[in-house]
Amino acid sequence: MELMEMLAWPFMRRALVAGVLVSLCAALLGVPLVLKRYSMIGDGLSHVSFGALAVAVALGVTPLYFSIPVVILSAFFLLRLANSGSRMGSDAAIAVVSASALAIGIMVISLTTGMTTDVDNYMFGSVLAMTETDVLLAAAVCAAVLVLFVLFYHRLFAITFDENFARATGMRVELYNTLLSILTALTIVLGMRMMGAMLISSLVIFPALTAMRLFRSFRGVVLCAGTTAVLCFCTGLTVSYVKSTPVGATVVTANLLVFLLACGMERLRKRG
Amino acid sequence: MEKHELLVCRNTALGYEGRAVLSGLNLTVSAGDYLCVVGDNGSGKSTLMKGLLGLINPMEGSIDRAVELKNGAIGYLPQQTRAQRDFPATVYEVVLSGFLNQKGFGFFYTAAQKTAAIQAIGKLGILELKDRCYRDLSGGQQQRALLARALCAAGRLLILDEPVTGLDPAAAQDLYKTLRYLNEKEGMAVVMVTHDLRSALENARTVLHIGRNSWFYGTVEDYLRSPEGCRFRKGEQ
Repeated sequence: MELMEMLAWPFMRRALVAGVLVSLCAALLGVPLVLKRYSMIGDGLSHVSFGALAVAVALGVTPLYFSIPVVILSAFFLLRLANSGSRMGSDAAIAVVSASALAIGIMVISLTTGMTTDVDNYMFGSVLAMTETDVLLAAAVCAAVLVLFVLFYHRLFAITFDENFARATGMRVELYNTLLSILTALTIVLGMRMMGAMLISSLVIFPALTAMRLFRSFRGVVLCAGTTAVLCFCTGLTVSYVKSTPVGATVVTANLLVFLLACGMERLRKRG
Repeated sequence: MEKHELLVCRNTALGYEGRAVLSGLNLTVSAGDYLCVVGDNGSGKSTLMKGLLGLINPMEGSIDRAVELKNGAIGYLPQQTRAQRDFPATVYEVVLSGFLNQKGFGFFYTAAQKTAAIQAIGKLGILELKDRCYRDLSGGQQQRALLARALCAAGRLLILDEPVTGLDPAAAQDLYKTLRYLNEKEGMAVVMVTHDLRSALENARTVLHIGRNSWFYGTVEDYLRSPEGCRFRKGEQ
């Protein structure tokens, strides 16, 4: 009955639809990102999108229109950083970018509106944040991700498994990498305001890690990651409604519990 | 280009950003050849490999490929990356991905490709591992899976980059045996970059030694008599 009551609220319906779509995208994109050791990119992007949001609010422009291009640009940049054997080391470089974006965001907010509940909402998310536009955009991004995963599934596999081989056989590896990072950027921008800048990247990483504990085939991992993410989100949203906890933290906790469960199952299977 | 020739380098120079790493290279790989590329670190072996694979264009001269090798139909066995070793994928999934390069590949594998993948797996004697997870295999079994994928990618030429790195001696010998089988019975041309000079010389028919200043290209017998080869034999003793 709580469920019916929950869905009677229009904002909860929006949150549910947008959240399911965003979680699904994040989980699917997370599989190649985690396997290619690009998890840090997701984290970096969420911090950049926090900074972009803060700047957009200060300038008085619609946050989404400002942060989407900024975050896509930084996705390009971070991907290049991750691939270059730069002197700094790519993980250090990404950490520097994240922290800088965060610092700039906080500076801008405190110089303009002051540290208010807004900051808190950006950092840890708010279930009230999703608008009709967000839901539509989430649906569009999700459709793009699904098309990519259905039609280009085998190519994505080849690029994730062995970039060198894929390149030698004439595949346009950079194109797919760029596509992955653009879609990741969009997913993170859309999900950030509900899940929070600090927590959104875990939606990318957790489902993939959980699925890797349980499945031995790539197909299994992809399907399992998508399913786990959607289930965890629905559970998290319901619990957060009933217990009045922040939605982002609740969903991440649900993901953590499932991950621990998967680790336990893997242990048991190895022993048995 | 003759019919049996697969790769022909004519006075080729290869390098990056206008600086040549290798130059004046003349090399022919024909059907059924077994060529080992040896040389010191930093001598340009991996540059040559990139050139042969078509990942970099020659700065001078030319690299001609047989028609069937265009569109990336090259059986390439790259060095393994760390991320790959614990990858969740079945052997079958890995081997099938060899077909992706084929021209006109749609979105899904055809039934014929699926059959051919099983055959390639069988040829390498790992049929019972077909549904096992790649990360649960031993190093030698992983190399076999990758070799099966290379067979799916190309019918006549295999290019291998340090294939025995990280394998124990028994697994390495096994791999050489497999390669010799593919070379002699299946008529696959093999080009292998390697550090394992002794085994390479036991198996290969021709050698390309890239030194810093000098280089040698010819049969194994001639190589052992050449100054470069002598240096190797002294090192052995």
